[in-house]
Amino acid sequence: MTAAAVREFDRSSRDLFAQQEANRKASRRLVAGFVLFFAWLGFGGDFIWYLASSRAAEGAAVSGWAGVHVFPGLGLTLLAVAAAMTWWGYKFGATSLIHATGATEITEPTTPQQRQLLNVVDEMCVASGARRPRVWLILEEAPNAFATGVHAEDSHLAVTSGLLESCTRDELQGVVGHEMGHIVNLDVRLMTLLTALVGVVALVHNASSRMMRFGGSGRGRRSRSGGGGGGDNKGAGVLVVVLLVVWIISWAIAPLVTRYMMMKVGRSREFLADAMSAQFTRNPGALADALTKISASTVKPVFIPKSSAQLCITDPFHSAWDERTGRFADLMATHPPLEERVARLRGMAYQDAGTGESVQSPLSMSEA
Amino acid sequence: MVTLILIVVIALFAFFGIGAYNRLVSLKNRVANAWKQIDVQLKRRHDLIPNLVSTVKGAMNFERETLEAVISARNQAISASATGGVAETAAAESHLTGALGRLLAVVEAYPDLKATGNVAQLQEELTATENKIGFARQLYNDTATQYNIAQQTFPTMLFAGMAAATPAALWEITDEAERALPKVDLSLTLPPK
Repeated sequence: MTAAAVREFDRSSRDLFAQQEANRKASRRLVAGFVLFFAWLGFGGDFIWYLASSRAAEGAAVSGWAGVHVFPGLGLTLLAVAAAMTWWGYKFGATSLIHATGATEITEPTTPQQRQLLNVVDEMCVASGARRPRVWLILEEAPNAFATGVHAEDSHLAVTSGLLESCTRDELQGVVGHEMGHIVNLDVRLMTLLTALVGVVALVHNASSRMMRFGGSGRGRRSRSGGGGGGDNKGAGVLVVVLLVVWIISWAIAPLVTRYMMMKVGRSREFLADAMSAQFTRNPGALADALTKISASTVKPVFIPKSSAQLCITDPFHSAWDERTGRFADLMATHPPLEERVARLRGMAYQDAGTGESVQSPLSMSEA
Repeated sequence: MVTLILIVVIALFAFFGIGAYNRLVSLKNRVANAWKQIDVQLKRRHDLIPNLVSTVKGAMNFERETLEAVISARNQAISASATGGVAETAAAESHLTGALGRLLAVVEAYPDLKATGNVAQLQEELTATENKIGFARQLYNDTATQYNIAQQTFPTMLFAGMAAATPAALWEITDEAERALPKVDLSLTLPPK
């Protein structure tokens, strides 16, 4: 076995609580990194501006320069725009998606299938101790499911009729358990927030690169004032220039970096939801079967919008990125590779990753 | 300098202490709530049975005994939950689980019977009810385990006394019959031709 394969085996042979803990830790680190990077983009700029303008003020005190940059306007503006976009997503994101798919709410079951679905949802609510989400049915042949809603009290769970057709009761339970895992972890809230932050960064990046192209760059002026203000303190001047260069480079790559981090958080939340489903059902093998079945379906969804692929249980559009690993896949894939998800679930169930047959014990597996 | 260090240490202690205390209290309440959820599910099962039995009575005339066993086990469980202690309730409930399990097994043995709508519905409802009770116990045991671990690990263990935390008992299967796999004897339950 190669080193990577050994690492992967280690990861997939951990039990479900160990996997949950590892996933939580990973996404906490990622979110912290994301927030720090975002703060650097906004408040970092204010800090550099402050350093530069206070030096310029020292040098030009005689000529009456007094414009020291104290109020962190850049950071606060960025934060305000992000807050507005997040608020918008919180307020309208969940319901607009439900309406976009043309789903109908199931309140009174009319068919045995719907009754079974509601029962399974009830069971998963008991298992997770969560409040019952509103259940929606999408008339869609492609088997899939998603959860949405940014508040625990106002959550929605939508499944396609194709899913009800193709899954057994146990498999349906695994899928609903996965979605309940997203609801319990408030993943929709987290992803709405990150999407807004990525959106703000992209917005500012586009606007400023357009401004640069047409000359009249605000940053250019600032860098001149930072570099040319008085020669009494060369070291600080160099520091300002270096910081400014790093800051501008950060902005240049910011859309890629923030998107990369968001996708990585999203994938770690998928693994966590799989592990939550295993905790609720104690039957991870059934979810592994369901994932295999859903991914094997070649039907493309009609009503689920492409932008909401990251909410679905597997990427309904079978984006080629989802089955690959590597730098570009890290940037594009909404879900981890199916094989890895199935391998981890089989690990929780003490089953062989390939065949799904149960192995005698986790110890006998590691000797093989 | 010494006083500063002292203040920092006390502040840190208070900070972690508040967190640990709150964690223990919230876990204690979650354990109590999870325990209540088992009761809720058991009550639902009691309420569900008369309806279901009357729905399938006609279709299952030849399975009188199985149905009557379910009804009497249900009545015992209700009286046990009204008067008896936890052990009695648990025993009566596991008898009911056994009787319902036999009913399900019997239904499974008749493909013709399964095909009729009412019976399929009965089967689905029974499966769902049994699952809910199982999941409610599972949630209780998981929460109680978390609570017990918090009481035994550092640093939360230091505050267990202050939060009046005592180990919570896990729900275990007391009835040997329930632990065993249900057996279906097909030779005795074949329908008369």
